[in-house]
Amino acid sequence: MRTPLLEIKNLETVFDTARGSIKAVDGVSLRVQSGETLGVVGESGCGKTMLALSIMRLVPGNGRIANGEIIFSGHDLLKLSEDEMRARRGSEISMIFQEPMTSLNPVLRIGEQIAEAIRLHQNLPAKKALELSVELLRDVGIPDPQKRIRDYPHHLSGGMRQRVMIAMAMSCHPQLLLADEPTTALDVTIQAQILDLISGLKEKNNMAVIFITHDLGVIAQNAQTVAVMYAGKIVESAPVEALFAAPLHPYTRGLLESIPAVCAASGRKGEHLKTIPGTVPGLYDLTAGCRFCDRCPDTFADCKSKEPTLQEVQAGHFVSCWKYDGKN
Amino acid sequence: MSDALVEISGLNKKYALSGGFLSPQKRIVHAVNDVNLQVFRGETLGVVGESGCGKSTLARLMTRLEKPTGGSISFKGENIFSYTKGALKSYRRGVQIIFQDTYSSLNPRKTALSMIQEPLTIHRLGSAREREEKALEIMNRVGLKKEHANRYPHEFSGGQRQRIGIARALVLNPELMIADEPVSSLDVSIQAQILNLLLDLKNDFHLTYLFISHDLNVIRFISDRIAVMYLGRIVELTTNENIYGRPLHPYTRMLLDAVPSCDPQQKERKMKIKGEARPQNGEGCAFQNRCEHRVEICEKEAPPLKKYDEQSHCACHRAGTI
Repeated sequence: MRTPLLEIKNLETVFDTARGSIKAVDGVSLRVQSGETLGVVGESGCGKTMLALSIMRLVPGNGRIANGEIIFSGHDLLKLSEDEMRARRGSEISMIFQEPMTSLNPVLRIGEQIAEAIRLHQNLPAKKALELSVELLRDVGIPDPQKRIRDYPHHLSGGMRQRVMIAMAMSCHPQLLLADEPTTALDVTIQAQILDLISGLKEKNNMAVIFITHDLGVIAQNAQTVAVMYAGKIVESAPVEALFAAPLHPYTRGLLESIPAVCAASGRKGEHLKTIPGTVPGLYDLTAGCRFCDRCPDTFADCKSKEPTLQEVQAGHFVSCWKYDGKN
Repeated sequence: MSDALVEISGLNKKYALSGGFLSPQKRIVHAVNDVNLQVFRGETLGVVGESGCGKSTLARLMTRLEKPTGGSISFKGENIFSYTKGALKSYRRGVQIIFQDTYSSLNPRKTALSMIQEPLTIHRLGSAREREEKALEIMNRVGLKKEHANRYPHEFSGGQRQRIGIARALVLNPELMIADEPVSSLDVSIQAQILNLLLDLKNDFHLTYLFISHDLNVIRFISDRIAVMYLGRIVELTTNENIYGRPLHPYTRMLLDAVPSCDPQQKERKMKIKGEARPQNGEGCAFQNRCEHRVEICEKEAPPLKKYDEQSHCACHRAGTI
């Protein structure tokens, strides 16, 4: 097997609060190869954003990475000094966010902002960096880039701002791109264009992408491998075709069945959507058993008392559920 | 289904944006542009479109939160913009709205029960005791428990807050419910719960829905008829089955094609998706810069919404030939 570009082993990201400690990311392990897109899917609060911020070592405020390794091209990122990490952030590993407006500086022209990112990592004169940013804007499909570099973020539409963010993220040809809900705030026809852009850039640069989203359609179209997160843990991971053709974890199945499109396409108009009863458990009051067992349609004796671990059930298809234990 | 509850004709809404400090020239945004639409009693009319297409302005005009620049909206045959004070109050009892943002649409300093009761108090319905009973009954109907009654909005999850919003709209027994992106900020598993609830309530309370959403999957699930809006205009109006089975307008097709399918095998797109929804300067169809079927007439004349067949209306010069 090829050595993966990124390998995360047993990552735990903990937040210390007045009510006690909670694990936003709880024992996550995963691998990403160069040129591959890993989709991370889950509902709000499942820890998918904290996973990305942990890789960047940008966990906010009262959070800390308590355990685990993040091995990126041979080095454990968690063992690097802050200076060494800063040199990698934005050059070898880049990140784009959901809201391009709050991630851009409103009082700087976009050309200056991209040039700043370039000059942080490459020893280039200001003029050269600005020329490069024109090229980058052209690459991400912004018309008339020579003029646009003099615009401020508020001059641009949401889709154009996200293109600027992508141009900035691509400025130093990263090996790994973390995309955290990059199209969630965009209209569907703009989303389609941004997704095409990201996958085109991925192909061109043989880049690895971790694509975080709550939208299973976006995952189906863009990822090669999928990890489903629930309450801080990966509950299922598989190649994309296998996951959508035969989802194993009851949570994954519930998610897929609650999408209105799947229902409408099967001609069940007017009937109820299938739902997952209840809500995601609070991370403060987790029990000893499986985190999904209160909402699960088929539970076994072990579910309430013992937490399942990820097991490889079929080649490349991992699931964390007692149903596939062999005993049940 | 021939009984029109609402009749919108020639509706226009323009907003003037100031050009900024140094340019006194004002920019006009035509948020709703010559909209003609009927909402029939008992149906769910879905309105779908991207941001800035005017769908929320339409909802605000229908609830009289905004006044139109031109045109009229008739509710049961009477123009809502010429109502007297008393008639307006009874209109507001008959037409209720549910909003997208469940946090900002609820008063953070009021309990769930008092918010659900408030419409009854405003309309002076029943005694204090009856109002409380009615509110509790509605809470139960939308899936909230009795112990939720005295909690404040921040103590609820997003899905539960939307249930409060629905209860508050429902408590006056309205005839028309306008839902402006009611499930857009919810997670998919919660979204399904709320959609099922809205479906049940429609049957139990004999409601008519005007359901606004940008999500074609949601619209497909809930609507009987669908209006597609683009830059203030309705570009296609037809049945649910027709929109998804035989879309006429190139914009409708682009929207449908842009929705990522949940089938990883199905990756091919039917058409090239390009451009942004930006108002055009000058003449012609608003969609021409993004349309791959553009011909000469599209640059000269804006196509009106025309009858295509018994079920469908479409605003495209080339409807049926492409």
